[in-house]
Amino acid sequence: MGEAIVVTSGKGGVGKSTTTANIGTALALMGKKVCLVDTDIGLRNLDVIMGLENRIIYDIVDVIEGKCRLKQALVNDKRFETLSLLPASQTRDKSAITKEGMIEIVKELKKDFDYIIIDCPAGIEQGFQSAIAGADKAIIVTTPEKTSVRDADRIIGLLEQEEHIERPLLIINRIRNHMMKSGDMLDVDQILQILSIDLLGIVIDSDDVIKASNEGTPVVVNPNNKAAIAYRNIARRILGESVPLQSLEEEKGMLKKVKRFFGLRT
Amino acid sequence: MQNKKQLVTIKGTKEGFVFELDDKHLLTDVIEELEQKLSEDDFAEKNGQHVSVVVKLGFRYIDEEEKETLKRLIEGTNRFRIERFDSEVMAKKDVKMLLERTSIKLENKIVRSGQVLDVIGDLLLIGDVNPGGEVRATGNVFILGRLNGVAHAGKNGDEDAVIVASYMNPSQLRIGKYFSRAPDYESEGVYMECGYYDKEKEQILIDRLQVLPYVRNELRNIERRILYG
Repeated sequence: MGEAIVVTSGKGGVGKSTTTANIGTALALMGKKVCLVDTDIGLRNLDVIMGLENRIIYDIVDVIEGKCRLKQALVNDKRFETLSLLPASQTRDKSAITKEGMIEIVKELKKDFDYIIIDCPAGIEQGFQSAIAGADKAIIVTTPEKTSVRDADRIIGLLEQEEHIERPLLIINRIRNHMMKSGDMLDVDQILQILSIDLLGIVIDSDDVIKASNEGTPVVVNPNNKAAIAYRNIARRILGESVPLQSLEEEKGMLKKVKRFFGLRT
Repeated sequence: MQNKKQLVTIKGTKEGFVFELDDKHLLTDVIEELEQKLSEDDFAEKNGQHVSVVVKLGFRYIDEEEKETLKRLIEGTNRFRIERFDSEVMAKKDVKMLLERTSIKLENKIVRSGQVLDVIGDLLLIGDVNPGGEVRATGNVFILGRLNGVAHAGKNGDEDAVIVASYMNPSQLRIGKYFSRAPDYESEGVYMECGYYDKEKEQILIDRLQVLPYVRNELRNIERRILYG
């Protein structure tokens, strides 16, 4: 039996789909059987990030409406054999999927996969409600901005009422270290103080993430990028390993070391 | 008739009249005698201001309808105004309501953005109120945690209710019908503070909670609770 994890945030544009794609890919990289489910009906993105857009034949709405079998709608990833995607429909809207339909699909997928990662649409309406219906766990994605933290707080409140979902875990995305240091952005401690849930990982803002999404290759396959390492650490934590949090500091150059030696502030 | 014990006794006090109604006889008999007494000359002939009246019912419970009858009867003379009914007994439901209003409701949770925690009586919250969250109570609000959202004490109009928090950084404080909001500039919160309504300055003040005994010596005043619920 697999585990269904919903990735949600409340606010749009904080990186739910990117996080879904990268965590899913990282788990597949570690040999797990993973299925990504895009529930953002009408505004599907996950297939683009994964670079699987032109392989879609059937979608989740077709499965719910009985036009095809679940297996037919699954798209195999081009890089990892153990990774599949259940795409959203682009032509319909959120009312096309129901809670019952979602629960049924997730139940079915759990038989064949170790992890089902559900990409949740923004908002708290029907799309969100059906996306979380089948989940066992939840990951909240937030950025270090007040608006996004406020919405994350709201979402946590809503998830706490769902008895089938465990206490949600937090990913802080798009961290810009210099802004956190200068106090222009909320820092990790401040966010944790407000949300008071456990931290699953922090991901540094990186141009490579956007580049990788545009190329249709999740950044996590890049071995050196800091965000990629962060996603891989998150995947390891999901598997139960305890991995220390990434240091936010840049590696210090020789000059900085010398400056520090003389007590100069950098 | 003359030998019988009077069913209605009318006494004059500094504040006005006290009507003592006998609680052993039928209410209809009492009303009859009251009617008779009220029609006597010495009450009818005087005119001018209304005199306030306290109706003492002894160990008799009367319902709203009976109250209305008595009120019509007494105030109908245009001489009196009923200040209150005094009874030694209460209906069970009233007692329950009173208990509810005077009790402290203990809650252990985080009130997150978009959530409202609304209680009758005093609220003791062990946990935070996050920005965008709101707590309301008909009585006082005590928060063992951070108050970052909105707190409303005395929501049914009790201006004497207070708000106490271990960490006070509210977006709004409301007490009774008054409210105050946080300054427009970003401010750090304060620890162990209380908010109360100052009648002279006509605004909600925030001060160290150690001042509370001086500004509100009776935090859990029962009569206030009966009034505001």
